[in-house]
Amino acid sequence: MIELDNVAYSYGGDDLLSDISLRIQPGSFHFLTGPSGSGKSTFLKLCYMDLTPSSGLVQVFGQDVRGLARDQVALARRRIGVVHQDCRFLDHLSVAENIALPLTVAGRDVEAEKDNLKALIDWVGLRGQQQQRPPELSGGERQRAALARAVIMGPDVILADEPTGNVDWEMSQRLMSLLIELNKMGKSVMLATHDLNLIRTTKNQISARVLRIANRKLQLAGADL
Amino acid sequence: MKAVLASLMELLRGDVQADRVVPPTGFTATLTTLTAGAMAFLAVFALALSFATGRLAERWSSELARSSTVRISAPEAELEAQTRAAQEVLRLTPGVARSRILGDEEQRLLLEPWFGPDLPIDALPIPRLIEVVEEGDGYDAEGLRLRLAAEAPGAVLDDHTRWRRPLVEAANRLRFLGWAAITLIALSTAAMITLAARAALAANAQVIRVTRLVGARDIYIARAFVRRFTLRTLIGGAVGTLVGMLAIALLPSAAEEGAFLTGLGFVGLHWLWPLLIPLFGAMVAFWATRSAALSALKALK
Ligand SMILES: Nc1ncnc2c1ncn2[C@@H]1O[C@H](COP(=O)(O)OP(=O)(O)O)[C@@H](O)[C@H]1O
Ligand SMILES: [Mg+2]
Repeated sequence: MIELDNVAYSYGGDDLLSDISLRIQPGSFHFLTGPSGSGKSTFLKLCYMDLTPSSGLVQVFGQDVRGLARDQVALARRRIGVVHQDCRFLDHLSVAENIALPLTVAGRDVEAEKDNLKALIDWVGLRGQQQQRPPELSGGERQRAALARAVIMGPDVILADEPTGNVDWEMSQRLMSLLIELNKMGKSVMLATHDLNLIRTTKNQISARVLRIANRKLQLAGADL
Repeated sequence: MKAVLASLMELLRGDVQADRVVPPTGFTATLTTLTAGAMAFLAVFALALSFATGRLAERWSSELARSSTVRISAPEAELEAQTRAAQEVLRLTPGVARSRILGDEEQRLLLEPWFGPDLPIDALPIPRLIEVVEEGDGYDAEGLRLRLAAEAPGAVLDDHTRWRRPLVEAANRLRFLGWAAITLIALSTAAMITLAARAALAANAQVIRVTRLVGARDIYIARAFVRRFTLRTLIGGAVGTLVGMLAIALLPSAAEEGAFLTGLGFVGLHWLWPLLIPLFGAMVAFWATRSAALSALKALK
């Protein structure tokens, strides 16, 4: 679905990432780890076409991203659910409207999909908060709202960037179980986190691969975790 | 035209959900509406000017086409002969439909405003007047003048075109200036809306970034701005136009032959024309915002 082949990326100076190759298969679950600043967010941005590689090939749904027109990028993004590290809400809209935003910008009739939206809001446990504005939410609520927005279009792939970043242990367990549930529904999940504890406790519940960025390269982490 | 109107209507009907995505910017909104209103107000006057000068030019040139006179002043003995010679010349001049000697009574009536009703016309050496009625494109005044000089030395051609033509020309020029003013107003409106749209786009960079990340196409984002600016221009333009029309309707009226200034206004069906101004303004806004938005979005990573 998303395929990187010998990809390198730099923000201008030395390469931040180099020689990266990976194939995200349907139904797979990946953890992406590495110290802060190692390039996890950058890697995900390459996957959702926010950045284009300095060299190498990125293919999304079988298409070379360099050849995609802007409209095609927009259409491809509707099939990739992203939980951004900083959530990226529109603060003048309610939580429910933010969750429905991908539907709105795709020109879909939100009113007609009201039931789906309601079910999704219940699933992430935000029924009581749906009319609030995003800045009024707690860290965990924000992350759950971001996850709901990421999945509302029924994407094939979910990319989550530190979704448990600002939340307590219990809440991070809850978020993890939502992601695992999505994976069991057949969706590919890639979760970037620097929290090794989280990986250790959830790794066994699913067949997940753990990737680590070290020295600009992507490695498969083994039993040393 | 019909297709443009249809897409305009669809645009105005809008989409409440989509409209909420881009937060309203109060200040630019008010400014756009106000400017659109002022521009429409000015456009109404420019339009009225064009129509008034158009009517004036038409009337003057149609009067101009009608009559000129040949005046014959000669000693009593030669008057009859010269009049006949002049008539003969006129008869043979292409572009002259007919000519007619004004009778004593008619001449007296013409002179009455100046000399009173008791003018002893027989006792005075009053020149003989021949009315010339033109046809088609009229006659060649210079040629006629030369031939009259040869055949009837006492005959002078009074060609009204000589002083009316520059007036007609001036009226036509004014009409052109009216349309030029309307064009300039449209261009300024486009420029103003382009600037306002750019400011709004810049102020909403964050919104644009987020909507793009969740899969919005450029045209979707552009439309949110286009709808807003088109609607504001339409509303401002409608108010400005109505106020302008009211101001013109309330101008003091004068007689039919009233001076140029009081003739400024609309006549009959011409009153429908200014109603096009808000629509035209909305189209200008639509086009200006759309091109500003699409080019700004292209530049924005
Ligand atoms: N837009 C940018 N311009 C320049 N440098 C950046 C930019 N974004 C991130 N970086 C740098 O790239 C490195 C990796 O960042 P990031 O991918 O966010 O790492 P991680 O998510 O693993 O913490 C950091 O050193 C960061 O400062
Ligand atoms: Mg990061």
